[in-house]
Amino acid sequence: MIELSINGTRHQLDVDSDMPLLWAIRDVIGLTGTKYGCGMAQCGACTVHLDGEVIRSCVTPVADAQGKQVTTIEGLDSGVAKAVQAAWEKLDVVQCGYCQSGQIMTAVKLLGDNPHPSDQDINTAMTGNICRCNTYVRIRAAIKEASRMLVSGGRP
Amino acid sequence: MSQQKKFAVSRRQFLIKSLSAGAGLTLGVYLPACSREQAPTEAGPGKAGGEVVTDVTFEPNAFVRIGSDSRVTVIIKHLEMGQGTFTGLATLVAEELDASWSQIDTEGAPANAKLYNNRFWGAVQGTGGSTAIANSYEQMRKAGAAARHMLVEAAASKWGVSASEIQVRDGVVSHAGSGRMARFGELAGLAAKQAVPEGVFLKDPDEFRLIGRHVPRKDSRSKTNGTAVYTQDIRLPGMQTALVAHAPRFGARVKSFDAAAAEKIKGVSGVVQIPGGVAVLASDFWTAKKARDALRVEWDESGVFSSGSSELMDEYKELAKTPGAVARNDGDVAGSLKTADTVLQASFEFPFLAHAAMEPMNCVIQLNDDGCEIWNGEQFQTPDQNAVAAVLGIKPDQVSINMLFAGGSFGRRANPQSDYLVEAAHIVKAINGKSPVKLVWTREDDMQAGYYRPMYYHQLKAGLDNEGGVLAWQHRIVGQSIMAGSPFEGGLVKDGVDVTSVEGASNLPYAIPSVAVDLHSPELPVPVQWWRSVGSTHTAFAVETFIDQLAEAAGKDPLQYRRSLLTKHPRHLGVLELAAEKAGWGGALPEGRGRGIAVHESFNSFVAQVAEVTVKKDKTISVDRVVIAVDCGVAVNPDVIRAQMEGGMGFGLSAALSSEVTLENGRVVQSNFHDYTVLRMNQMPEVEVHIVKSDQPPTGVGEPATPVIAPAVANALSQATGQRFDRLPLRLKV
Repeated sequence: MIELSINGTRHQLDVDSDMPLLWAIRDVIGLTGTKYGCGMAQCGACTVHLDGEVIRSCVTPVADAQGKQVTTIEGLDSGVAKAVQAAWEKLDVVQCGYCQSGQIMTAVKLLGDNPHPSDQDINTAMTGNICRCNTYVRIRAAIKEASRMLVSGGRP
Repeated sequence: MSQQKKFAVSRRQFLIKSLSAGAGLTLGVYLPACSREQAPTEAGPGKAGGEVVTDVTFEPNAFVRIGSDSRVTVIIKHLEMGQGTFTGLATLVAEELDASWSQIDTEGAPANAKLYNNRFWGAVQGTGGSTAIANSYEQMRKAGAAARHMLVEAAASKWGVSASEIQVRDGVVSHAGSGRMARFGELAGLAAKQAVPEGVFLKDPDEFRLIGRHVPRKDSRSKTNGTAVYTQDIRLPGMQTALVAHAPRFGARVKSFDAAAAEKIKGVSGVVQIPGGVAVLASDFWTAKKARDALRVEWDESGVFSSGSSELMDEYKELAKTPGAVARNDGDVAGSLKTADTVLQASFEFPFLAHAAMEPMNCVIQLNDDGCEIWNGEQFQTPDQNAVAAVLGIKPDQVSINMLFAGGSFGRRANPQSDYLVEAAHIVKAINGKSPVKLVWTREDDMQAGYYRPMYYHQLKAGLDNEGGVLAWQHRIVGQSIMAGSPFEGGLVKDGVDVTSVEGASNLPYAIPSVAVDLHSPELPVPVQWWRSVGSTHTAFAVETFIDQLAEAAGKDPLQYRRSLLTKHPRHLGVLELAAEKAGWGGALPEGRGRGIAVHESFNSFVAQVAEVTVKKDKTISVDRVVIAVDCGVAVNPDVIRAQMEGGMGFGLSAALSSEVTLENGRVVQSNFHDYTVLRMNQMPEVEVHIVKSDQPPTGVGEPATPVIAPAVANALSQATGQRFDRLPLRLKV
């Protein structure tokens, strides 16, 4: 039995310890906002937070998440996260949308650590997240917009 | 009141004009409210983005449903794969319905070509060729106008006033004289009893309140909070996840397999042979993956394709020495090339390309008493119904399809052979339908099991007079036909010419007295299909970089040169001038930087791009800024158009800079994003988009930005380095 805490809820899972966290989240627990894109930490679609750090859930064995807090797109509720999601909506960042949970999880971590990221900071943080629709221009703009919202005291 | 009167009059004028122009505004297109069995009356798990409407009272046609809660559900016949079609088509209905944007919901249409065919494709339902807005522009507006008409008739009858005195604005029906008002929901029941109108009035463009304005996407929120439902997210009771061991080489067949180790894994429910491979079924993806890894399959590789890209290219070059099927032959190219003062030549090589959508191919299929039900990012309903029905031995209309959001496609999900759907049908058939099946391709399957943009070789010659004027242009193309074997072969392969192999070349817009374009279409077992912007993915590069070479030979500025040869093509000229002006064409650039321009028409839209590049000391390059001008007729949703220009350009930039599928000994070398590299955040240039104001009918925007960037970047690199480029992806000569 593996015990996982996801978005503050505890789950007992009868799965092999080498099952990637991604599939435990998606196929066993049934939270589908976190996506499968490559299975080898190349695209970032599976990005979640593990004890506040950005990880690729497709290559993280579920056993490594035991005793830690997992946050997925469904569990975002910080002020930073709300600003990021509001900025994403305001600028209509999404196209197909499949990568965007991962993009947002990465952007929330970036802005949590660094409320005023430079273009270079954005490149460094976001370059591991592929968007085949190439919404990069708007992702960059939305990160800056979220940064402005946070400075101006929060909600849009 | 005067405002209201003006509306009524202009609507009538539009009707008269349209009828006299034979525009077909009569109600042949109107589908009277279909029966409950046919109509999508509720949004189950399979209906993308739809809200469940439990209290349906008014369904004037197959595209609009209004509930007593005043929610308006627009039924969308085209796949939302990112291009914004759910927003665009809903906008057209909302405009003529005079609904408020906030009361509009969207829902994917079921598979039913009688109701939901692509009007540019005859009886075929499907999405592609940047046609969604173009083929629906009148249809969806009429659907909204008919609903509005019936709401107005209902109000007139309820209030005992003349319909002509009733106004509709932002979802409120009102009568100024009596002060009565009602929301749609209050009138829905009575509206359903009104006669479906035989003719409707459409707005004049100057009356538009949504078209041409900023209208936010309908799918932004669900795609921002993780609730949007894709095929990958479907889970049905008892459903088994299937992975398939595919042939390592195209055309190989299963000789034998040993499933003992796979079947021992807890959670594995079956291992079945299907045409083309062996499928493993299990409770979840990871278990199925482990079981597939444990399978031992022996393949019969007799007679399989075992060549490689480099050998193929050699064969293509040999083929190019002989004339191909004629796509265009104006004037006397051979004679002009003989007498020309100078003959310029160039050749270009293009690799196979994978679509590599973020969501790898997948679908869910379930057999039931009526036939079967499919959940899929469904792009090609009619061919898919036919193909799945053939496997299952049922009728096409027994294949019902839930069209979900697709995590990208770029053409891939409209497959001419319905490949992955057929695979899923074989699997569910092999287990006698005992459980629903979710077929999931891994990224490696997606990269290595086909289908690809074909490899191409181009050869061009131009004859110049002694002042640099072009007398003749000869363009020869070698590459597989994507239409051969597709449902469109009959219409699109003429006299040996697949028109999509030569589009962008055979319609060369430049004023040149003699032009010849011909084509070789070698047949190969490498599976190929259309890829965002289709033929233009290669033809635009060949044409637009060769034109720059001609400009150089004539000693002319590339913009000035194009201008002089495009005098009869005002829409090409319009985007060219706009992009050049906004980019500051001609302005000085520092050492190591270059600026390039390209213009191209595809899918009846016109795009010009100016790219600025930097060549660094270590010979790496960056694309710093791209200015895009587009003329796509009426701009239904300018922000979605900007998004498609940004993204479509970025998609083409991946292929310009790095993406490439290569074959060696019949095997696909690349397997995932580490070796099939695509554009990332740090490579994305700054982008500016400018839209030409137009009153022409709207044309597509999903694809036309894609083919223009590679030649613009190559031309910029040529300016910076003096080098010319003869292949994609671009490689600087060190």
